[in-house]
Amino acid sequence: MKKQTLIIASLFVLVLLFVGGSYLYKKADHSVANENASALVRPYAYVLGNPDAKTTIVEFFDPACGTCKSFYPFVKNILKQNPDKLKLVLRYAPFHTDSYYVVAMIEAARLQNKYIEALEVIYKYQDKWASHSAPNIGLIWGFLPEAGIDVEKLRDDMKKPEIDAIIKQDIADTKTLGVNATPEFFVNGKPLVKFGKQELEDLITSEL
Amino acid sequence: MNQIQTSSNKLFALLFAAWIVSMVAMLGSLFFSEIMLFPPCVMCWYQRICMYPLSVILLVALLSNDQNVFKYAMPLVVLGLFFAIYHNLLYFGIVPETLAPCSQGVSCTSDYINWFGFITIQFLSLVAFALIFILLLLIKPKAS
Repeated sequence: MKKQTLIIASLFVLVLLFVGGSYLYKKADHSVANENASALVRPYAYVLGNPDAKTTIVEFFDPACGTCKSFYPFVKNILKQNPDKLKLVLRYAPFHTDSYYVVAMIEAARLQNKYIEALEVIYKYQDKWASHSAPNIGLIWGFLPEAGIDVEKLRDDMKKPEIDAIIKQDIADTKTLGVNATPEFFVNGKPLVKFGKQELEDLITSEL
Repeated sequence: MNQIQTSSNKLFALLFAAWIVSMVAMLGSLFFSEIMLFPPCVMCWYQRICMYPLSVILLVALLSNDQNVFKYAMPLVVLGLFFAIYHNLLYFGIVPETLAPCSQGVSCTSDYINWFGFITIQFLSLVAFALIFILLLLIKPKAS
């Protein structure tokens, strides 16, 4: 009899720990710690929307990532609906092979004031240059003129050490913040805990 | 008589410890996937397939103080231990991941937790299977 009491008590304690732990974990503040706040937004990072907006969405993306591509118009649309209150800070998480060079292209396009144009054309043809069977970033050169980009200038600009430094810093920041999948969103420093479009929209709405 | 009582108590203690280990492993892994929302990789699923039934089998054995538990729990433990060892070898790069059945979906070598530099989820799994393995060896009926 005493043994059965011990078993039932243990079962009870274990379940209680699980339920209590879940409650505490969900209630806990998962915001980025203050000492890591600088890793979230760097002054050089490209900002879409109102730069003085109160609510900041930080997105870590990889130009070769299909989910990033599908989130881009979705997030852009949310920005459009709240033009004054929202800004989107774009950061790089070039996890795919060769994504580093694609990111360098986007940064070099920025020097021609064609950041968004370059990003959109790269996303538009993503299934061509980032196809699973035969990825070939060389194809991007053929798509960039469509965005009105001077490809010759871009090739030179890509080699600039400033661009290399920006990408290296972004990669270092993904490690600091524990970003290990793309896209990763933070709204006012709060990470998107459960991934999904609806969840992101809810998180943004709650921070507006 | 007294000796039978002592050995029965020892059996209970060993079984109880093994059951607690399996319960903690099961609830812990569920906490990682359902509460902290870490997607489990393929290797993790194989280890779960071996660990979850153990929490029930060991409980049934515990309630009937069944020394024969060795026979029917050990195969699951050995399988789970095999997957856990393989998973840890993968993680440390001793076995290349390209040869592993987890090249798609979630990588079996990504770090969700890393406490003190060596406690990863696959390490915790290995410890759990190894503990139950040792406890079951102690429970094994002596061949006479």
